[in-house]
Amino acid sequence: MSTQTLEQPVTTVSNKTIESECGKGNIRCKNLVVNGTKYKTRLTTKYEKRKKWELPNRKQVNALIPGTIQKIFVAEGQEVKEGDEMLILEAMKMQNRIMFPYDGKVKKIHVATGDRISKGAMLIEYE
Amino acid sequence: MPLKRKIQELKKKREEVQMGGGEKAIEKQMAMGKLTARERILSILDEDSFNEYDLFVEHDARDFNMDKKKLHGDGVIIGTGTIDYCPVCIFAQDFTVAGGSLGSMHARKITKIMDHALKMKMPLIGINDSGGARIQEGVNSLAGYGEIFFRNTISSGVIPQISVILGPCAGGAVYSPALTDFVFVVDNISKMFITGPEVIKTVIGEEISMEELGGARVQSEMTGNAHFFAENEKDCFEQIKSLLSFIPPNNDKKSKVYAPKDPKPEFKVENIVPGDPTQPYDIRNVIRGLVDNSDFFEVQELWASNMVIGFGRMNGETVGFVCNQPLVLAGVLDVDSSDKAARFIRYCDSFNIPIVTLVDLPGYLPGVDQEHAGVIRHGAKVLYAYSEATVPKVTVIVRKAYGGGYIAMGSRHLRADFVFAWPSAEIAVMGPEGAANIIFRKEITTAEDPEKMRKQKVKEYKEKFANPYVAAAKGYIDSVIEPEETRKVLLHCIDVSKQKQISMPRKKHGIPPF
Repeated sequence: MSTQTLEQPVTTVSNKTIESECGKGNIRCKNLVVNGTKYKTRLTTKYEKRKKWELPNRKQVNALIPGTIQKIFVAEGQEVKEGDEMLILEAMKMQNRIMFPYDGKVKKIHVATGDRISKGAMLIEYE
Repeated sequence: MPLKRKIQELKKKREEVQMGGGEKAIEKQMAMGKLTARERILSILDEDSFNEYDLFVEHDARDFNMDKKKLHGDGVIIGTGTIDYCPVCIFAQDFTVAGGSLGSMHARKITKIMDHALKMKMPLIGINDSGGARIQEGVNSLAGYGEIFFRNTISSGVIPQISVILGPCAGGAVYSPALTDFVFVVDNISKMFITGPEVIKTVIGEEISMEELGGARVQSEMTGNAHFFAENEKDCFEQIKSLLSFIPPNNDKKSKVYAPKDPKPEFKVENIVPGDPTQPYDIRNVIRGLVDNSDFFEVQELWASNMVIGFGRMNGETVGFVCNQPLVLAGVLDVDSSDKAARFIRYCDSFNIPIVTLVDLPGYLPGVDQEHAGVIRHGAKVLYAYSEATVPKVTVIVRKAYGGGYIAMGSRHLRADFVFAWPSAEIAVMGPEGAANIIFRKEITTAEDPEKMRKQKVKEYKEKFANPYVAAAKGYIDSVIEPEETRKVLLHCIDVSKQKQISMPRKKHGIPPF
C-alpha cells in the first residue's frame, strides 16, 4: 500500500539505498532499504541492461511502425498546424498519412522519399 | 427529552458529520481543483435521489492515539440513488478526512454498499480519492482492501462496476479499479500507480513525476488502464451518464431501448471507404453511418487506436462494435489492440450486448518487439473471446481480411452468426504480393525478366483471390452486399437473433490466455 498517513506520521521511514555489493564471482548483489525494511537482492542481467526511462522529447516525431517514406509534404523551416499532413509512410499494405501532432515550425526533416525506416526512427524535429 | 429536541439533535449531528474533514480541509481540496466527495455524488446522481447510509460510522482503532481522533464517516460516503431514474449504488472516498485513507470501518462501509449492489443487481460506481492504507490500522486496513477486491471479482460480469479516479489511487488500492469494468480519469487530477515516484527513485534510481508516471493521460494513452479521459470532473460525470445509458443494470437484463433514429445523411458509408485498399480512412465514420442518429460512444479512444471499440444503437437497442482502424498503424492487430478487443467482446457477452465486427486489416504486426511482447498469447485472446461469446455476432468484411487476421476478427469459423462482405473485400490466406512470391517462386526465379513475371503473377493472384467470391463460394460468408445495404442487413440480423440460444459443454470456467 502507499504510505499516505494522517497529519502525524507514526514512524519515520528512511528511504536510503545502501549500495553495498555482496556477491561472489559473477553474481552481483545489492542491499536496499525500502520503507525501513532491508533487502538483499541479486541483480539480473535484464535489470542491468534495461533502458532508463527518459522524458519523451516533444520536439521530435518518431515512426510508430516500420515502412517506406512515399511522399513528404513539408519543407524545413515551414510553419505547421496540428493535423497538417507531414508525410506518407507506406507500411502494412497501407499509405499511412502521418500528421503533425501540434503547431510549430519544422526544424529538420530526418528522412527522404524512398527511405526505408525502422520503428522509432526520427521523422522530423520541431524548432 | 421531547422528540422535537431529539430531531434537532440529529440534524445538528448530521450537519457536523457532513462537513467531512472541516472547512480548512475542504478549502485545500478546492485549491487542488477538486470537488468534495459529497459534491461529486450529488452531481452524478439525479436531483434529490441520494440516500446515504453509515453516516455515523466511526473507526475503532486504538493504537497510536487514534482513539482520541474522530474521523467523520471514516473518510468515505456510501449510498444509493438514481441516474436517469435507474438505481445505482455509489461510494466516494473523502480526501478531506485523513486523506481518504482506508481503515477497517472505511472498508466495511465500501463492502456494505458493494454487497447491496450485488444483491439488488444494480450498477456500482466507486469514486476513488485516497492516499492509500491507513498505516495506523495496520493489517486491518490490508484486510479491508482484500475484502473489496474479492467483491469486485465476484460481482464481475453480474453487475456493471465503474471506477472514477478523482485523486490519488496508489499502491494496492489501484487493484480495485483494475478489477472493475470501466475506469474514468480526469486530467491533472487522477493519479494511479503501484509504487510511487519516491520508491522508484530509491530502488531503481529513476526520477519521474507523479503525472508522468501515472497521470490521467498516461493511463489513457499508454497503459490502457483507463477507459475514459475527461478534461474536468463535470465532463467525466457526463461520460458516466452516457455509458450507463448504453449498458444494462445487470447480466439478466437488456439495455434500455430508445426511439430508433436513422443515421445522419453525411455519413454515407459508400463514400467513406476508398476503393484503393492502400488508402486509409476513419472506420468510426463507417460506424456512424450504421448506428442510430450516428451516435457512437467510443471506449478507450486514446489507447491502441488501431482497434476501435464502443457502443452504438441499432433500432434503439445497444450494440457493441469491434472494428479495425485503417487510419492508425494500418489497422494491424498487435499486443495492445488484441487485449482491448478481447476484453470488450467478453464485456458485451456478459451483458447481453450483440457484437458487430467491421473487418479491414492487413494482419498481425510483424516485429521482434511484438513477438517478444507475447503477441501469440495476446492475439489468442481475441480468438478465445469471439469463440466463447454466445451473444448474436454479426461480421462485415469491408476491405482486407488476410490470414490470421481474417480468422480472428469474428469469422464464421469462430461461430459468427452472420458474415457479410462488401464487393471491395479481399479475403485470402495472405496479401497478393507475399502469396505470389511463394506460390510462383519457381516461375519467377527462372523467368527471363523476374520482376515482370512477379508483377504478372501478383496481378493474376489478385484477380483470382483478392475478392469476396472465393469465400462466398464456400459459404464462409453468407452474402456479398452493397455498402448501402449494410444497416438494413445488420438491423435484420440482430432482430432475427433475439432468441439465440447456445449450449456449451459443462465446465467450471475456461482458461483464457490471460
